[in-house]
Order: sequence, then C-alpha cells, then structure tokens
Amino acid sequence: MDVTTLAEVTGNIGTVGYGLAAVGPGIGLGILIGKTIEGMARQPEVAGQLRTTMFIGIAFVEVLALLGLVAGFIVPA
Amino acid sequence: MSTAIHTLGYWRIHDGQVRRRALLVRKRLRPYDLRETLLSTPAIPLLLAASEGEGEFHAPTVADFFPPAIFFEGTPFEFNRIMLVRVIAAVVLLTIFCLAARRARLVPGRFQNAVEMILDFVRNSIAVEVLGEVNGRKYFRLLATIFCTVLFMNITSVVPFLNIAGTSVIGLPIVLAAWTYVMYLGAGVKAQGVGGFLRSSLFPPGVPKVLYLLLTPIEFLQVFVLRPATLVIRLLANMVAGHLMLAICFTATSYFLFDSDGAMKLFGAGTFVAGAAFFFFEIFVAALQAYVFAILTAVYLNMSIEAEH
Repeated sequence: MDVTTLAEVTGNIGTVGYGLAAVGPGIGLGILIGKTIEGMARQPEVAGQLRTTMFIGIAFVEVLALLGLVAGFIVPA
Repeated sequence: MSTAIHTLGYWRIHDGQVRRRALLVRKRLRPYDLRETLLSTPAIPLLLAASEGEGEFHAPTVADFFPPAIFFEGTPFEFNRIMLVRVIAAVVLLTIFCLAARRARLVPGRFQNAVEMILDFVRNSIAVEVLGEVNGRKYFRLLATIFCTVLFMNITSVVPFLNIAGTSVIGLPIVLAAWTYVMYLGAGVKAQGVGGFLRSSLFPPGVPKVLYLLLTPIEFLQVFVLRPATLVIRLLANMVAGHLMLAICFTATSYFLFDSDGAMKLFGAGTFVAGAAFFFFEIFVAALQAYVFAILTAVYLNMSIEAEH
C-alpha cells in the first residue's frame, strides 16, 4: 500500500529548537530595554547608571538564547 | 597505512566533529610518517574543491572554525589560520599600545588621544562606575587588558582577509574567563577570608533559613560554575553566530550572482545588502561583547569584594 506524502520537511529539528529558545530571551530583552527607556525618560540624570545596569541584565538574558544556539552544535544530529 | 590514518583524522575535523579525537588519531603517527603528512597537506584543498559540486549552494558549516593546519601539523602545537589571526591581532594591539606609551606627551596628539579614549572609557564607564573609585583604580589594569584583548580579537571578524574572530574558537574565551574566575575568587578571599567569602556568597543574608536548602545549591552553581561558563559561551557563541551570518550572506550573494539564472540574480542584491548590514552589526557586536565581558568581570569582582549585596 502506498503512503501518500502530502507535505515533507527536511532539515534539522535543532533549528526549530533554536527558534523556541529565542522566544523567552526576546520577550525578556523587550521588557528589559523598554523599562530602561521608561526610566531614562522619567529621570534623564540617572541615564548612565541605568544603561550600565541594562547592559548587565542584557548579558544575563542574552546568554539563554546563545545556549540555544550552542545546543544545536553540541547535541549531534 | 599512515596516510589513511591521517586522512581519517582530517575528515573528522572537516565534518565539524570533535577535534580532540582527530588529534589523538594523529598523535599515533611516528616521526618518519610526518614527511608524508606534510606532503599530503597541499592535496587537501584540491580534494575539497573536487568534492564541491558546481552550481549548488553551500552553506557555511562549523568546519570554518577548524581550518587545516599551517605549521606543526600533527603535534600538540598545531598552528592554523585562526591562531595566525590571533597572533596578528595581538601584535597589532601590542604595537599600538607600545607606540602610544613610548610617544606619550602631556598634550596628546590625535593617535594618543584615540588610545586614551579607550582607556578612559574603561576606567570611567566600567571600572569606577561599577567598582567605585578605590577598587576601580586597583582593578583598572585587569579590566583594560580584558577589554582591549576581547575588542581586538573580536574585530578581526570584520577585517578583510582575516575574516574570522580570534575568539570564535573556545580556547581564548576560556583563558580570559579563567583569569576572571581566579581574580574574583581571589578578590573575595582576600577581602573576606575563605569562610567569610563562602558564607556571603552561598548564604545571602536576609532570607528565611528554610530557603537556604533551595538557594545555596543555586548560589554554589552560580558562583563556581555558571559565571565563568556563561562568560565563555556568551563570547564564543556571539562570534560564531556572527561569522556564520556573514558567511551565509556573502556565499548566498556569490551563488545568486554567478550560479543562478535569470531573475534569481536579483536576490543577490538583497543578500548583499543584508551582508553589508550584518558587517556593521558585527562591528557593533565586537565592541559590545568586549564591553559586556569587561563589565561582568567588574560586577563579579564587586560581588566578591562587598560582603552583602
């Protein structure tokens, strides 16, 4: 009996995994940077301090997305 | 026989598989086999060229980061293209700073001004901002070295003909992160003693006692494993991803322009513009990662030095 293939996808499922891994950090970065901008608009005199803190926060959030990228290379296909 | 072993070792690398395995295989070669190995090296690009079909699109792979050796092939001191890029970046960095230091004047010229701007940025926006006046000046040399090293090793990813970041293979990020690790543990022990440092970092004050069951293992992982590991992964993954993005854009441009026909050639313009945009984005990322690495080092030092945070 023939099996009819209606749709076929080729490639590595790891790419989908990376897409999922990027969702959380994406939302996180949005909130983080948006709130910093809000803070800067309210109090421009502490903008420098806020920016430094924002970059430290970004570094922690960003690494989650990068772990998703690295996982694709570490786990063999 | 020995050639067969060598070829096996080589292809393992080229497939982007574990590098160590390839080295182990190669170590078994006896000295008199090395001549054969050296002779077989020039044949490798030919093999590569033959294996690539014409007119097909080839996406860049992880193999970009494990190029064939240039010198000392088969020894633990194997020297490849990325090492060469690192040496060039280091020489340029040293030359710039030696020249600036040798010709330092009270009233700086344009060149000295540029170098001083970098150092001034590290001292004011990273060291003093995070660590305060006293400790900031104390750790300024560490932070400046880390910032400039990461910056120069990163920026090679957009320098024409070098085209790959010195930090896009794990060795250099590990060395830098290990230095940071030793420095912040040392600073903590020096400031609070071994017991005091462990108590303040593993048992943060102001928390109900029961929560320590949950909190202490997390804090332990955080201080002793995750901080250095994330420093390495952040830098490495950023530069790997940046190189792959640039390589994809420009190989796609070349494919669309030369190997596709008709209206498809128009896509080449799109990928070229994207490549150019990513080129400038890479410059930004290179500087940003240098900043992030240095500022996290400062933050970790600060967390170690100050008892409660």
